[in-house]
Amino acid sequence: MGDQDCCFLYDMGFLNVAILLIIGASTLIAIRILYVIYGSKTLHNRPPGPLSTLIVLGSGGHTAEMLNLLAVMQMDRFKPRYYIAAATDNMSLQKARVLEDSLMEKTGVGMIGTAHFMQIYRSREVGQSYVTSVGTTLIALTHALWLMIKIRPQVILCNGPGTCIPLCAIAFFFKVFGIRWSSIFYVESIARVKKLSLSGWLLYKLRMADQLFVQWSQLKSKYPRANYVGRLM
Amino acid sequence: MGEADDSLTSERVVFVTVGTTCFDSLVRAVDTQDVKEALFKKGYTHLVIQMGRGTYIPSKSSGEDGSICVDYFTFSSSIAEFLKSASLVISHAGSGSIFETLRLRKPLIVVVNEDLMDNHQSELAEELAERKHLFCARPQTLYETISTMDLDSVVAYEAGDATPVANFINRFLGFTDE
Repeated sequence: MGDQDCCFLYDMGFLNVAILLIIGASTLIAIRILYVIYGSKTLHNRPPGPLSTLIVLGSGGHTAEMLNLLAVMQMDRFKPRYYIAAATDNMSLQKARVLEDSLMEKTGVGMIGTAHFMQIYRSREVGQSYVTSVGTTLIALTHALWLMIKIRPQVILCNGPGTCIPLCAIAFFFKVFGIRWSSIFYVESIARVKKLSLSGWLLYKLRMADQLFVQWSQLKSKYPRANYVGRLM
Repeated sequence: MGEADDSLTSERVVFVTVGTTCFDSLVRAVDTQDVKEALFKKGYTHLVIQMGRGTYIPSKSSGEDGSICVDYFTFSSSIAEFLKSASLVISHAGSGSIFETLRLRKPLIVVVNEDLMDNHQSELAEELAERKHLFCARPQTLYETISTMDLDSVVAYEAGDATPVANFINRFLGFTDE
């Protein structure tokens, strides 16, 4: 019996090493994730010059709020700018173009190479069945990954709804594996007075957003890590 | 609808908007005799309904029989123009419509769609109603809201400011100039 055990353990030697390696690797990844979440707050070794910025436009009211924010930002610090909207939303990119055009008029600098406009597939349209949404979710994720590899933004600005979640998740993955360090900012919609939206809640709970802003003080008392900044609209 | 220029001064338009949604219960509520009479009694002469994706067709009226003049359409690229020319706006609870109307300082009744699954939109309307920037109603209470509303009690909405967020982001990223 004892002999058998010994042989068995000897055979398992290779497996043990593999298990140890896996444990070691996952510990390293866990430490790295903790660093990304908690260490990022004090990180200021930003390279000089402007930062490439991804702006996720949500549709309707979300887009209006985002454009309101962009209107007061020093845009020369955030370039090139990549605007992403859902493929089914044909208004948002048009509005972003209007903003970029007015910027160009103001500064006299051409926006060629500064502003890019892209569309992204949504994982699930309203009313779509859950069976087909498995396939479309995979397509949407692949598409999001492809866009993120192309853009590799240093700053991500988003304010919901769900379109921004795969992009933020991929950005977080990039941070953990050292592909690209980005700062993720999420501004909760003004429509949320008492409860975070699902997107906001996910980014808050999973600590994927570096900074999360809320527009009503009621939310700040419920989610203490959020920043209360007053109304944007 | 003969819209002669000289009638502009006496025209008081109520603009109803549902945005890109389908909100038949609002259009139906607005189309009731009670609501139309209440609006007419309050001095409104025209009722223009933007009905979006709804299927309920309200009844048009030229207003010649001494009642409110009613017209409708589904979508328009110039919603802003309709809002500007309105004396009263009755809107769905979408934040886009709400803030566009408040910025124009138009009296506003927001009607919450109770058929929506995720009805977070009532949060915003109720908060703003509490602060007296607008009136908040349900389709079935619209008549009551119109007949009892006191436009003098409305507190003008001061537009918000995004600079605190922009400053915060700048500080976080290490851009220093303030």
